Amino acid sequence: MNKNNIINKNISRRKLMKGVAAAGSIAAMPGFVRYSQAASSAPIKIGFQVHRTGIGAAYGRWYDRTTQAAVKVINDGGGINGRPIEIVAEDDGTDPKRGAEALEKFANQHKCDVAFGTLFSHVVIGSAPRAGELKLPYFVVSEGHHVASGMLNRYTLQPGITDVKSQVQAMAPFVRNNLGKKVTMVYPDFAFGHDHRDYFSAAFEAQGGQILAKVPIPPTESSFSKYFPKIPRDTEVLYHVMVGPAVLTFVKELGEFYGNKSPKLFGFIDSVEAVDLSTPGLEFLDGSYFWEGNPRYAQSNQTEHDKFYRSAVGVDENGASVSDSKDVSTYAHMFGCWETLHIIKNGMEEAGYSGVGDRSKLIEAVESMSNMPLSQAHPQGAKIFNGKTHQTFGHQYITKMTNGKLVLAHTTSIEDTFYPDEVDYTQQSF
Amino acid sequence: MDLGPYLLFASLEGLVHAAVLSLIALGLSLVFGVMRIVNVAHGEFFMLGAILAWWISGFVFGSPAIGFLLALIIAPLIAGVIAMSSDWLILKHLKYDPEATIIATIGILYIIQQAVLMTFGPDARPVEQPFNYRLDLYWFGFSAYKFFVVFSAIILLFSVWLVMAKTKFGLILRATQLDSETAQAFGIPISTVYSLVFGVGAAIAAVAAVLIVPIQQAHYLMGGEPLLLAFIVVIIGGLGSLRGTVAAAVLIGMSDGIISVFFSPNLAKIIATLFVVIVLLIKPNGLFGSEKT
Repeated sequence: MNKNNIINKNISRRKLMKGVAAAGSIAAMPGFVRYSQAASSAPIKIGFQVHRTGIGAAYGRWYDRTTQAAVKVINDGGGINGRPIEIVAEDDGTDPKRGAEALEKFANQHKCDVAFGTLFSHVVIGSAPRAGELKLPYFVVSEGHHVASGMLNRYTLQPGITDVKSQVQAMAPFVRNNLGKKVTMVYPDFAFGHDHRDYFSAAFEAQGGQILAKVPIPPTESSFSKYFPKIPRDTEVLYHVMVGPAVLTFVKELGEFYGNKSPKLFGFIDSVEAVDLSTPGLEFLDGSYFWEGNPRYAQSNQTEHDKFYRSAVGVDENGASVSDSKDVSTYAHMFGCWETLHIIKNGMEEAGYSGVGDRSKLIEAVESMSNMPLSQAHPQGAKIFNGKTHQTFGHQYITKMTNGKLVLAHTTSIEDTFYPDEVDYTQQSF
Repeated sequence: MDLGPYLLFASLEGLVHAAVLSLIALGLSLVFGVMRIVNVAHGEFFMLGAILAWWISGFVFGSPAIGFLLALIIAPLIAGVIAMSSDWLILKHLKYDPEATIIATIGILYIIQQAVLMTFGPDARPVEQPFNYRLDLYWFGFSAYKFFVVFSAIILLFSVWLVMAKTKFGLILRATQLDSETAQAFGIPISTVYSLVFGVGAAIAAVAAVLIVPIQQAHYLMGGEPLLLAFIVVIIGGLGSLRGTVAAAVLIGMSDGIISVFFSPNLAKIIATLFVVIVLLIKPNGLFGSEKT
């Protein structure tokens, strides 16, 4: 019986040759060639925590499109170490609790290599501790200062998008020198808005400016007029930043309230992100300034990299979907997904990443990154990554609304956005 | 802003709020008054009205007013038909048992909300104002459309009162409300009346939504807050009392507007909810509720 088994398991030389030929022909098929040198050709699984529903849905839709486009570009170019990326998307409902649950699914059910993609700061703050417990590298695309502030942990990194503290610090001199001295701030009443409140007011007062009033608005609010009388009449500059599904209502009501008698307006593009600027009622925004992470409209000095990125994601020169001009993108933020995925690729290749056992090697590889030059992988611009604080720093753009389009008025240097380190995550053990 | 214009602005905001709120609460109150059931899904019929308004106005080219008027007619009809069929499919089989219908309407709430999410998506949808005119009141601007909302709400409330007080249909409703068994004995088809009332209640909420959506945008999660406020209004005003509902809506709407503008919107909700507790303690049947249950 034993002998029979051995005989059955023996493979004849002829059969072996057939097998080799078959494997060779599969490897020769288009699409398989590139992965053939890899030790393992199993896909790298990236858990994508996406705001498909809830107040972040517009961002989620475009974060998804950008992610799919980046994955296609990376996979067409040979994947990561010859292995293709597979995105495992999970809706977090823009809810911190569901966000943490999504991370658990990524780690335990889908056996993802890393997690990625979260935008809304309360979801990041709710999820990051779980990422630390699961020892799952968590690459967020959120802008919140909570990564660099030291609030989170070694497993949470933000290499693909700059944080609010550095953004507002770079805006303060421009607002002070070009728009006015007395500012009133309107901002959403949660972590992201609090970053604006705390860091802009500090930076602006350091410039000799004065904050007259701070008007917080709950992010789930659906009507805004009632907040506007709180804006003092001697306000010279109204600094506005709003998020959530009702941003269009926010700007429309702002226009209704002020007409053409408004203070000078300086807004974060978040207030009109994914909003068609030709909507009736928004004419009053003409002449006002916006911070943009990445200019929505293709500018006259557009780089070849922006051109490539724009067409890969399917965005036209006005920042809307090529298939529907009313479907406006979240262009100022979504580049972060593209750049983060390229950073994950570089980090994994640097670390010789082969599986979940190499997660800490991946984090160390990303921590050792510094200069990220303008390139196809970084179409928004050059960046400098700080491995100690897990936060990237980069150029910021100020555009002026001119005849219904946002035209570049000022680009800050990367150095404008620096501030002293507040944490050294590399000192934390894995 | 000086106190005078500040107060004017707060009152105008409050008035718009009160107008919409009284319509939503009216639908809820009607359903409770006649059918004696608490419709937890009421806010979703409001949301449905808003989403349908966006959907319908998307088909119409040219002036936004045409799309709006069309929505004002069709959206409440569809919402009403959906409400009637859910009555016919679900509530009727529960024999309108108070506890069971609460659970069932919670189920209807989720079904409608998720169905809208799956079909129309998670985005906030704007509807263009039928006319875009900004009144410049020197200290601040105010949309003329908001006055139109208040005006329409008053007309609608008046018509509902007219129907209830002066028509045969109103008589049937009042008879059913007073004593459904006796009404049935006199040949009133109770189950048809119930279906109609459930549909009309939802349709009124949908009308309120169509009116408000050019100001606020349609979104699948928008039904929650109006439901809470409508409950507050109905409890304060007395369940089933038309007069009480309107009075309470004006009270809550105006105080919400004024407290929101002068202090904070959260404080306005805290005070409104506190007021409910006080009313329940002192006058358990509401300010205008009848003594007998």
